[in-house]
Amino acid sequence: MSLPLNVRAALVSVLLLAGFLLVWQGATAGFGASSGGLPAGMDPEYAKLMGLTATTGKSAMPSPVDVGGQLLKLLSDPFYDKGPNDKGLGIQLAYSLGRVLLGYGIAVLVAVPLGFLIGMSALMSRALDPFIQVLKPISPLAWMPLALYTIKDSGISAIFVIFICSVWPMLLNTAFGVASVRKEWLNVARTLEVGPLKRAFTVILPAAAPTILTGMRISIGIAWLVIVAAEMLVGGTGIGYFVWNEWNNLSITNVIIAILIIGVTGMVLDQILAAVARLVTFPE
Amino acid sequence: MTDSRYVSIEGIARRYAAPGGRTTTVFEDLWFSMNKGDFACIIGHSGCGKTTVLNILAGLDAPDTGAAIMDGQAIEGPSLDRAVIFQGHALLPWRTVLGNVSYAVSSRHRRWSAEKVRDHAMRFIELVGLKGSEHKRPSELSGGMKQRVGIARALSIEPKMLLMDEPFSALDALTRGTLQDEVRRICLETGQTVFMITHDVDEAIYLADRIVLMTNGPQAVVAEIVENPLPRDRRRLDIHKQPDFYAVRNHLIDFLVERSKTFKSALPEGYDHRHPPVVRPTGGLVPPPDGDARAA
Repeated sequence: MSLPLNVRAALVSVLLLAGFLLVWQGATAGFGASSGGLPAGMDPEYAKLMGLTATTGKSAMPSPVDVGGQLLKLLSDPFYDKGPNDKGLGIQLAYSLGRVLLGYGIAVLVAVPLGFLIGMSALMSRALDPFIQVLKPISPLAWMPLALYTIKDSGISAIFVIFICSVWPMLLNTAFGVASVRKEWLNVARTLEVGPLKRAFTVILPAAAPTILTGMRISIGIAWLVIVAAEMLVGGTGIGYFVWNEWNNLSITNVIIAILIIGVTGMVLDQILAAVARLVTFPE
Repeated sequence: MTDSRYVSIEGIARRYAAPGGRTTTVFEDLWFSMNKGDFACIIGHSGCGKTTVLNILAGLDAPDTGAAIMDGQAIEGPSLDRAVIFQGHALLPWRTVLGNVSYAVSSRHRRWSAEKVRDHAMRFIELVGLKGSEHKRPSELSGGMKQRVGIARALSIEPKMLLMDEPFSALDALTRGTLQDEVRRICLETGQTVFMITHDVDEAIYLADRIVLMTNGPQAVVAEIVENPLPRDRRRLDIHKQPDFYAVRNHLIDFLVERSKTFKSALPEGYDHRHPPVVRPTGGLVPPPDGDARAA
């Protein structure tokens, strides 16, 4: 084998996918699917009661071909809006992304300056540590009732939940990055009589940027995990609500499509931040 | 040589808290002065507080007692008058060579236009022979080139005094030699006052006018100040053929091997912290006593 490694890896990936789809197709094809008749010994009344699934032996689990067809249909018109329970996939995704970006954006604005403060001051670092240690492990959804009660708006509550879950990794990483800026770089700035504000922007920020970006990347991942659950609770719009709604409609096909979309979107968000991280990373 | 003391260290001591509520005194009652244009090296074993002395001169550290004075002013905090060349070069890795030097220049001359800063920085990059590499980042440079950038950065602010903390210790012998030559040339040309820490006896003999010998810590003292008897126009290639070379070298090695340990327990008659003895080892072509042939 003289093919480059990434070509070989891609080949294996494609084979795995093909294998998975084949098994899926085989498992959902069922046995008596083509016979059309009732299974031997089944009461016709009972068959009527149970509906098509029982009578044909076909599983409610859609085959990959069904999913692919439905996916094309949904993607061909992603932005239709036919009332509160029937919106295009694009609209649902846009609602979720909007909430995530808003909550996450506010978290960046809070966490980075606060992390700077904690990282630069040993006093603040120790004083705030117990609060952070207690608040950090709380599941973001545990805040939901409190948010709903105080904010009295389910949309803003979802944004608050995103904010609270994405703030901690950024805060801790910023504080760590700022605190571990090499002393010699700070000494360079000191011997050049660089003022504290200029020092923060020209030495500490670039030095801590890779660590801060790592925190931001962890946070966007968590935020995207949490938005699905939050939208299932608050309802109305969003990809999480879509999943729950389609479950109530018993449309497993749409649920699977939503799962796929959530995964791809999460990957895109992660890759965007990875690209930004590469921009600010410096080789030593 | 006591008329115009440009830099003087007056009775400084530095103590650190040690476990058990006690304090460790690194050095105590240290006196030492330099004239303008002097090149002084400080030699001593690790832990004698050389770097602390340098940091006090830089203003990065403060003495617990005593004071350091430069050009008639007490040193209180870092200043653009004193440039430091750090042991680990301490370049900002996210900036290019030009960016690193410009950072220093623009800190010195805050009102200068970007173009003027750039021209000034380029002048010093050329001085250390890095023209053509100004857009490289530190990670793309060899150790010697990195240290050159550090030197260019320090010189570009045209300081009154240059402080060097073992600047060449991380370099290979060949690069070290070349850089020593260039630092010596630049310092002689500009009449720069230099204070340098080194572990390398040959480096000290080649570069320094005066060599400060410190005893082992804790409670280190300046044992003596060695005046370099070699002529000012010495060259690295044939320095070991100078008549006084081995006299100085043996004196320094003897100190490092033997007397740095024993000096404190038996202070010589009339030893005065304020005026440590000044010696000037001379004396013909003495063959190295232990067959030491590494001078070649």
